Amino acid sequence: MLRGRRRMECTLDAQSLISISLRKIHSSRTQRGGIKLHKNLLVSYVLRNARQLYLSERYAELYRRQQHYPDGAPLLAMPACPPPPAASAAAPPELAALPLPPDTQDREARSCSAVRGGAELLEVPVCAAPPELQRAPCRDSSPAFYRASSAGPGPGSPPGLLYAAGCDFGAPHCSSRTTVLDLDTHVVTTVENGYLHQDCCSQCPCCCQPAPGLASPPPAPGTKRKYYPGQEEEEGVEEGEPGGGGVAGGPPFAPCTKRARFEEYSAEHPQDSSNISNLISIFGSGFTGLVSRQQADSEQPLNGQLCSKQALASLGAWTRAIVAF
Amino acid sequence: MVLLPFLNYRFRKMKCFSRYLSYIFRPATSILSCSCHTEADIISTVEFNHTGELLATGDKGGRVVIFQREQESKNQPHRRGEYNVYSTFQSHEPEFDYLKSLEIEEKINKIRWLPQQNAAYFLLSTNDKTVKLWKVSERDKRPEGYNLKDEDGRLRDPSMITTLRVPVLRPMDLMVEATPRRVFANAHTYHINSISVNSDYETYMSADDLRINLWNFEITNQSFNIVDIKPANMEELTEVITAAEFHPHHCNTFVYSSSKGTIRLCDMRTSALCDRHAKFFEEPEDPSNRSFFSEIISSISDVKFSHSGRYIMTRDYLTVKVWDLNMENRPIETYQVHDYLRSKLCSLYENDCIFDKFECVWNGSDSVIMTGSYNNFFRMFDRNTKRDVTLEASRENSKPRAILKPRKVCVGGKRRKDEISVDSLDFSKKILHTAWHPSENIIAVAATNNLYIFQDKVN
Repeated sequence: MLRGRRRMECTLDAQSLISISLRKIHSSRTQRGGIKLHKNLLVSYVLRNARQLYLSERYAELYRRQQHYPDGAPLLAMPACPPPPAASAAAPPELAALPLPPDTQDREARSCSAVRGGAELLEVPVCAAPPELQRAPCRDSSPAFYRASSAGPGPGSPPGLLYAAGCDFGAPHCSSRTTVLDLDTHVVTTVENGYLHQDCCSQCPCCCQPAPGLASPPPAPGTKRKYYPGQEEEEGVEEGEPGGGGVAGGPPFAPCTKRARFEEYSAEHPQDSSNISNLISIFGSGFTGLVSRQQADSEQPLNGQLCSKQALASLGAWTRAIVAF
Repeated sequence: MVLLPFLNYRFRKMKCFSRYLSYIFRPATSILSCSCHTEADIISTVEFNHTGELLATGDKGGRVVIFQREQESKNQPHRRGEYNVYSTFQSHEPEFDYLKSLEIEEKINKIRWLPQQNAAYFLLSTNDKTVKLWKVSERDKRPEGYNLKDEDGRLRDPSMITTLRVPVLRPMDLMVEATPRRVFANAHTYHINSISVNSDYETYMSADDLRINLWNFEITNQSFNIVDIKPANMEELTEVITAAEFHPHHCNTFVYSSSKGTIRLCDMRTSALCDRHAKFFEEPEDPSNRSFFSEIISSISDVKFSHSGRYIMTRDYLTVKVWDLNMENRPIETYQVHDYLRSKLCSLYENDCIFDKFECVWNGSDSVIMTGSYNNFFRMFDRNTKRDVTLEASRENSKPRAILKPRKVCVGGKRRKDEISVDSLDFSKKILHTAWHPSENIIAVAATNNLYIFQDKVN
């Protein structure tokens, strides 16, 4: 039923659509009868459309900012470490886009981002770990995004931040990887070809530069762990449950909000723009993990219906986005 | 029989069957005023049989209720051909798939009748996973006069029997019993959305999101997979099968629709696996209508062959389209069902209404098509005169045998007295399932838990 307060002529922006879509996908897990493939496919199309619009707006904004700061001086490297700050942070700083000198040989190059004030939708960080610690190259030309949590310490601290991938970096050799930084667990997650790698952000010096004026605790060391889809020891992500990141031994993080947490993740294949990249990738990776795991068990290959507890657990395990409302 | 031109159609309500409690159906005159009902009572499918004598409904609780048309009698001409409850049975029960920790809903997704070949009636009913063949038969005689047992069924002492008699059949009160004759299970990994009986009456197909299987009625432990659109890598999944139907006359031909708004016609003679279509029906998208929800509203929710077999009709969220089998690049007719919803799509997305799957039906002569909408409205389109009408299935403003008044939705500007504005539409009252008698102007309309039967007044 339509809510009374919202008339028919509502205009949802891309971010609201994304959060609504994620909510639908999340709730579909618990619906009777199992996950409906058709409905989730359609919702993922909406997600993709909203995401495309949002990204195009972001890139336009980035481009505009680059025009304003042609010298490319880095203005800020915000840590992602502090607990999620208040969304109502007064006068959130506007930070310029920051293209770093690309260094294709050294994969330590990173791109930095424009930061959106208010801890709204943020873009994926591309943080490169030092090569010796690197589990997976972090450069990505196709950013994903998610919302930062809205709760947090007092005002004045800027919103928890991530870094957008600068599209001008375009790392074709790592185009199938996307990196996501979890603001709460301080874990950098890279998904490569459906496999998950996790590094602590403390390994990435770029991520952990404290910003001037920030009263933020240093990032706690996380764990490095490789997660594969279908890994069964992951906890299922419950709504509002703290520690839902499933990082064993990782830094405990306070639940920033009692509201539901949703995962959003995107691994886009730039060469095939017609793919439904984000949620289907999640399902797909889940499927792949399930199939590879289960085919040893039974002849009948498992299908795309992620209805088993293992599937749900593995879905919750390797996605990290936190949605703020 | 000659069907009157559309302009003269004046549907009046015959009956309203309302499901409130299990197995209790009340005639329209004594409907309770309260409209509370359980979710299990929501009607999920409606289907006339091939003669129109029987009307079957399935609900979310897994029950099937069959109505039978009364024989016309000269004594009560005003009760010409009314439908009454004939049989009720529990077709499917909720199940639990322990391997996948998946609960299987008992909701009846589709019912399809088999043509009658003897005194019994046969129908297929399906939920998400299992198709069942039910035999509905009458028993109006019972044998009496057994030798070895008496009328209560108790065994008689053989030593006490002195004479032999031949049992005779004596009439009894009519009893209609439904028995499951076949259970076709374990063939679908995804949710079954369609079943369709082949014109050879020996086979039928069942379609889920990614696969279509062909069954023989006699064989329950095997089915042939005839369509499989599951990609090797599920990350590449872009569309699912939404509906499928056999051609009414050519037993080798069937169509299936997709979530991308396309229809594929397949010929089973070309290969065992009909992944390659013989015809591909798709209308290019209008770029000016592009929105966040373009993919959702272009997903086809129902596909139906015309009785002639020359056309197919598809229903997507906002339109009904008629396609000529000989022209693949665009439909020959497009009818707007409720285009005023186009600007409300984001709200409809929020409240999940945009995912509603409306069905569509042809009338017996393929001249009129009908589909449902919101606020208990349903629409009819006359293909010849290009006229359309909006009717409402509701109890409040229609007494039995009252003639339905056309309704109108006011899109903007000044609302006239009888019109209803778009913002006043009740989106919880949706008509997803309708059926049209195969030869007469009798329609069955399912409005949530109520079944309305309307008949054209021929005067």
